Amino acid sequence: MLPWLALLLPLASALIIMSATRPLRSLSAYVSVAAVLGSFVCACFIFFHGTATAAAISWIDLGVSFRVPLGLMLDSLSRSMLFMVTGVGSLVHIYSLGYMRDDDGKSRYFAGLSLFMFAMIGIVLANNFVMIFIFWELVGVSSYLVIGHWFERAAPADAAKKAFITNRVGDFGFMLGILMVWTATGSFVFTDAAKGMTGFAGHSGYLTATALLVFCGAVGKSAQFPLHVWLPDAMEGPTPVSALIHAATMVAAGVYMLVRVGFLIQASPDALEVIAWIGTITAVLAALMATQQNDIKRVLAYSTVSQLGYMVMAVGLASGEAAMFHLFTHAAFKALLFLGSGSLIYMLHHEQDMWRMGEQWKRMPLTCLTFLIGTLALIGFPGSSGFFSKDAILVLAYQRNFPIFVLGAFTALLTAFYMTRLVVVVFFGRPRSDVAARSGESPAVMVIPMLLLSIPAAIGGFGFFARRFLTLPNEGAPTLAVPMIALACLIVGVGTAILLYRGRTREPLNIAFFRDRLYLDDLYTFLIRATQGLLASLSAFVDRWVLDGAIVRGLSGGVFGGGFLLRLLQVGNLQAYAFLFGLGIIGLIYFTVFH
Amino acid sequence: MLLLIVFAPLVTALIILLGAPGRVTALAGSAVTALAAFIAFFSYDSARGGFQFVSSWTISESWRWHFLLGADGLSLIMLVLAALVLLGAVWFTPPIEKSERLFYVCLLLIASGAIGAFASLDLFFFYAFHEVALIPTFLLIGIWGTGDRFAAAWKITIYLALGSFVLLIGLILLYRSVPAAARTLDLRGLQAAASAGAIAPAAQNTIFLLLLIGFGVLISLFPFHNWAPEAYASAPAPATMLHAGVLKKFGLYGLLRIAMPMLPEGARHWSWLLLVLLIGNIIYIGLVTIAQKRLDWMLGYSSVMHMGYIFLGIASANIIGLNGAALLMFAHGISIALLFAVAGEIRRRTGTLVFSELGGLAKNMPFLGFTFGVATFAAIGLPGFANFAAEVMIFFGAFRVGGNLGGFHFFQIATVCALWGVVISAVYLLRAYRAIFMGPPNERWKAVPDLAGTLRIPVILLIAATLALGFFPNIALRVLRPTFSSAVAETTR
Repeated sequence: MLPWLALLLPLASALIIMSATRPLRSLSAYVSVAAVLGSFVCACFIFFHGTATAAAISWIDLGVSFRVPLGLMLDSLSRSMLFMVTGVGSLVHIYSLGYMRDDDGKSRYFAGLSLFMFAMIGIVLANNFVMIFIFWELVGVSSYLVIGHWFERAAPADAAKKAFITNRVGDFGFMLGILMVWTATGSFVFTDAAKGMTGFAGHSGYLTATALLVFCGAVGKSAQFPLHVWLPDAMEGPTPVSALIHAATMVAAGVYMLVRVGFLIQASPDALEVIAWIGTITAVLAALMATQQNDIKRVLAYSTVSQLGYMVMAVGLASGEAAMFHLFTHAAFKALLFLGSGSLIYMLHHEQDMWRMGEQWKRMPLTCLTFLIGTLALIGFPGSSGFFSKDAILVLAYQRNFPIFVLGAFTALLTAFYMTRLVVVVFFGRPRSDVAARSGESPAVMVIPMLLLSIPAAIGGFGFFARRFLTLPNEGAPTLAVPMIALACLIVGVGTAILLYRGRTREPLNIAFFRDRLYLDDLYTFLIRATQGLLASLSAFVDRWVLDGAIVRGLSGGVFGGGFLLRLLQVGNLQAYAFLFGLGIIGLIYFTVFH
Repeated sequence: MLLLIVFAPLVTALIILLGAPGRVTALAGSAVTALAAFIAFFSYDSARGGFQFVSSWTISESWRWHFLLGADGLSLIMLVLAALVLLGAVWFTPPIEKSERLFYVCLLLIASGAIGAFASLDLFFFYAFHEVALIPTFLLIGIWGTGDRFAAAWKITIYLALGSFVLLIGLILLYRSVPAAARTLDLRGLQAAASAGAIAPAAQNTIFLLLLIGFGVLISLFPFHNWAPEAYASAPAPATMLHAGVLKKFGLYGLLRIAMPMLPEGARHWSWLLLVLLIGNIIYIGLVTIAQKRLDWMLGYSSVMHMGYIFLGIASANIIGLNGAALLMFAHGISIALLFAVAGEIRRRTGTLVFSELGGLAKNMPFLGFTFGVATFAAIGLPGFANFAAEVMIFFGAFRVGGNLGGFHFFQIATVCALWGVVISAVYLLRAYRAIFMGPPNERWKAVPDLAGTLRIPVILLIAATLALGFFPNIALRVLRPTFSSAVAETTR
């Protein structure tokens, strides 16, 4: 019962807000916060009590031939994930009370947030492919709603659309993969499909295709190359949403799903190879793009894409444990970083250009402190949470695929570089705008969630802490080479950035290629216009002028020689039609009676 | 019970003709119809299955011709759809300037034509009821339409009359293909004869093709779809709601009721053709839809496109796909009715449906924006709406046909196309939503009022219906399952 309660409380909140409390903005907010806290309490109980079963209901029942159950899967993986999702969710809800205090669409915002929590918890608890797909789509729509929260502006409206459609492209593959899993194993319930994997025997090509198509879903949701383009644009949404949905939880759902269906992915070495490389390419490219962004949230967004690349890399290296480890530490420190950036943006009156900030450590000491903790974790400073989880992935790569290790280490270097750049430019130096000179610390309702999140961000990597939540990867023989190389990368990255950016008031590098996203977005726009746009115009032309214009009119003129129908048109009255109809009826009667 | 459902709209139309006030009477009549349809739906005994609420009045014993009413799960869900959309369409009718009463009479006649066809167990009345509905459609477009309304009215009428004509030939041949002793206009008798193997495979092939084209024209099967967007753009919104939402489903109903179960051999023979055409519906029409620059045309094409999914479910001819097709008929009826209702309200307020002239309307019209958003997400198959549950069943049903691990065959390829169609739907519908409701508000529409007061009730009713079946598809499957596990199960491969 308790897992269902955790799932349904946020849905109830969304429904209550939409149907009843919409005009009362503050009440809506409290309803939403209460619901997520309720879910968190349920999650705590489930987690510490180890609840393992919950009743299932039947969603579609067509007898023996087709049944879709809605059942909850409670194992250590989903229990921990549920704990994390509701925990971070609760903090972000509370933080939003401050951040969205005066927003006109506050009710709409919190309804969207509640809908998101419902959908996300559904992904975590789903016990079959169809059910995970259902909630998969629902997080997509809630993401659409909150990205487009400020819909009167063009940029958020476009970003919301882009996010949804890009995800749909990934989901096209996902659904096809689900159909293929069902064809081969005879089931889409995870446990039964795992047992039915023998159905793939002798069809390794089909297996690889299936695994990669399921992976497509994760490519969309977790913003992997080549479908990564929506996530940076999604930063047009309110910042707490970026922290919760576009950093800590939803975008990690792709990785979670891959771990959940590890039985499928790991059965195909070819698929694993592809997945590992997609993750690696994403990690490197996104890190390169992050080095030249000037919008504080975009730096963090590309960083998220890059870190998700690490997780996917770990999945591809056949270690779900390492992927989940990094997913958890990343959830803590990246949510923390986004909340920190939100605190800055809030106090700087929605200024997001880091070159118009500066010297914020003096004015916002707590934000600065927690942001630093998050940064240290992200760049993998020894002892921080990110150090351990990234190290786990790099060790794997070192053992299993050396080229990937080299690129992974290079990404670590870039990460250290762009985060140091961000910190130096935002928090140090002289203030470079009026708002930056007059800012102050955010209200307690925003600072407290940041302080709470900095605890797991700081110490979450130590075994005594992490092992409570996760099965940590077994690293085999400890090697000193990997941490040493990582440390060297860290020092080089941090050092270069400090030398380069200390005291600067403008970007000294100006590499347009990285800043303009390697021109990938432009390329996609061009390709869409060249293919879909052209095809659409062509089809519309054919339909209007060839099919309708020539053929239909031609046929009606030609076949009914002399144009019986055209005459009918000219007669232009109802009797003609009634006559035709009557003729038909007479014909029918004639045949029925006399034959 | 069925008698009440069939005659309530007819009698209401008659009362209005006799001088009763149009709107109030029509509302009352359609509310009674809807209530009766609901009661019938929920009192259907699914354990017993088959046709229930059967009542019969003999017209000619020697011709075996009766006025014969009866309903199974498929009829019932279509009756609920027809009654709900009728109620919505009547409710959404704005003040009419010229001959308001006749307008309501036409609406009621369209609905009673559809309802009569769905409830008839007699071949003659099945056909005749649908024909009756074509005349008021013509009048509604011709008299109250917009744009080039005469051309649109004639186009749809000629198309549909031609389709009906082909259909009629097919139905006559079907009737005649049964040995003289077993000949009957009773659909149950025909089905029994067909199940007993009375119709030779060669005859099945011919007849199925005729029925496919005849019904296909009525459903806007590619390439016989050209009447739809133009007529839907011209017709007044309530007429479009009823036609796109309900009357168009007559063809699909006919395929499910007659062509598929009675002509299984023919269905198998022509399944390749149906697949080719439905891919045309989904991909080709999908692309055409993307290229549209006005909401009414876009919605018209999108309703053509979404027929492709229902065809796919029908073509799969197994229990999963057929149940999905039937559920999607209902779901699509609701979502397209809502979309056209919103389009009508926008046109009434702004006088235009061209994307580039609109924008930011959600600021002034949050409720209308909400409605359009909900209907949009229903139409693109978001989970929670009946459309998703139905599409999932169709995908699973179609993908299963002839499926193996050796590779993809025709049904699998068609499924892949249909899955891509889901992306296409999202592209054009979200683009429309972006263009009309989001973005910087256009100064011209600052003073335009939102949907207010009692007009919100039908919206909530329709949304509630599709959400209910989306969350709990078993409500519909309870009555649908017996239908498709008996009559059509024989065609399952």
